[in-house]
Amino acid sequence: MSLAHRIIPCLDTDGARVVKGVNFMGLRDAGDPVALATRYNAEGADELVVLDIAASRDRRPTFLETIRRVAAELAIPLTAGGGIRTLDDARSVIRAGADKVTVNTAAVTRPALISELSREFGAQAVVLAIDAKRVNDHWDVMVRGGRDSANRDALVWGQQGVELGAGEILLTSVDRDGTQLGFDMPLTSAVSRAVSVPVIASGGAKLPEHFAQIFSEGAADAALAASIFHDHVQSIRELKQYLSARNIEVRLPC
Amino acid sequence: MNVMLIDYGAGNVTSVERALARLGARSQRSHSPECIAGAEALLLPGVGHYAALIRALDERALRAPLLDALGRGIPFLGVCLGLQALYATSEEAPELSGLDLLPGSVRSLPATVKLPHMGWNQLKLSRPSRLLEGVPAEAYFYFAHSFAATNFNSEAVALSNHGADFAAVIEKQNIFAVQFHPEKSGEPGAQLLQNFLRLAA
Repeated sequence: MSLAHRIIPCLDTDGARVVKGVNFMGLRDAGDPVALATRYNAEGADELVVLDIAASRDRRPTFLETIRRVAAELAIPLTAGGGIRTLDDARSVIRAGADKVTVNTAAVTRPALISELSREFGAQAVVLAIDAKRVNDHWDVMVRGGRDSANRDALVWGQQGVELGAGEILLTSVDRDGTQLGFDMPLTSAVSRAVSVPVIASGGAKLPEHFAQIFSEGAADAALAASIFHDHVQSIRELKQYLSARNIEVRLPC
Repeated sequence: MNVMLIDYGAGNVTSVERALARLGARSQRSHSPECIAGAEALLLPGVGHYAALIRALDERALRAPLLDALGRGIPFLGVCLGLQALYATSEEAPELSGLDLLPGSVRSLPATVKLPHMGWNQLKLSRPSRLLEGVPAEAYFYFAHSFAATNFNSEAVALSNHGADFAAVIEKQNIFAVQFHPEKSGEPGAQLLQNFLRLAA
């Protein structure tokens, strides 16, 4: 008996629809969030992440409505984020039915946001999203959708985030994101061993062996992917069967 | 039967409400002492900080009607913090007094493992459980907590483990409680809630 490694599909949305695209350019429609959430719930996803990648103020009510509709269908935990800048932003997302919120750029700009959220909702509800990019001998924290460097060491930022009250780290490799070459093993392993909270690896997944590696050598507690699940490149059910056959603890769907 | 959800202003009330609705059960939120005193069945959800729950119970004057209802045999289900509140004390807020209905106490899980204990874990049955009837022995449930009743007694009918054994399912006459979130635990969670509804009817 031990804690299972989690497989987490991610829905990037423009508020209302799931979208795919690189750097906000050429976004294309990848489906209805509620339909995808229902499918992943049934396939054995351990959790679902829904992000508002547009994160514009005027689309906010639409995004909250999406969270409400998704949450109503789910019997698994739901994490939501994208553009959360204040305690009020987080409160509205949690009231809409999310169990956890992710913060990224706003927390880099104002780290006290993490403490405020943690005090209000508990550490288990605060996920610090870190976008990291290799620079020489370390990883830089990137902000604004991975475009700008925050001139901050990702390992140090992860540790600070945990001290401030984050209960989990969603770690995306900017170098691997969208490449389908596999998760960033050195990055994930370094961050996972540097912090006391669970780490979700993200960016670069395609094959079942990528997941097996990131759980064993990469020391990840959970792994997140988007398009490979949306496009049926990888089924969650088969992925879990593959991992289970390699003695990696997962929750097998019924 | 109507399940009264004790709504103390924090926590996962909406998720629990939805999970009960999916099972066709009637529920109602309340934070009034009168409603709790007159409830047919009570559910105390909760996630976050132990102090927030205990303070809210006292500030809203819910402690006495809750203890009285439990004493009269009203069926009760505590979820997550709702389980921890049944003990006398928690290391998360040692200055506050819990409901003191069970021997034992709530402590931090050891720092040798990643905390919070976040994700899906299994149970180890200590004795036959009414809440877990029909739930497969290998089923996983969703946990999200850093503190737990690692100091427990025979009321713990099932344990889980994360760095240490802790009480995952409590059954003592009309008092039921779970450390995990049945409302977020897929099919096994729904079965457990269904069992509680049946036991409470």
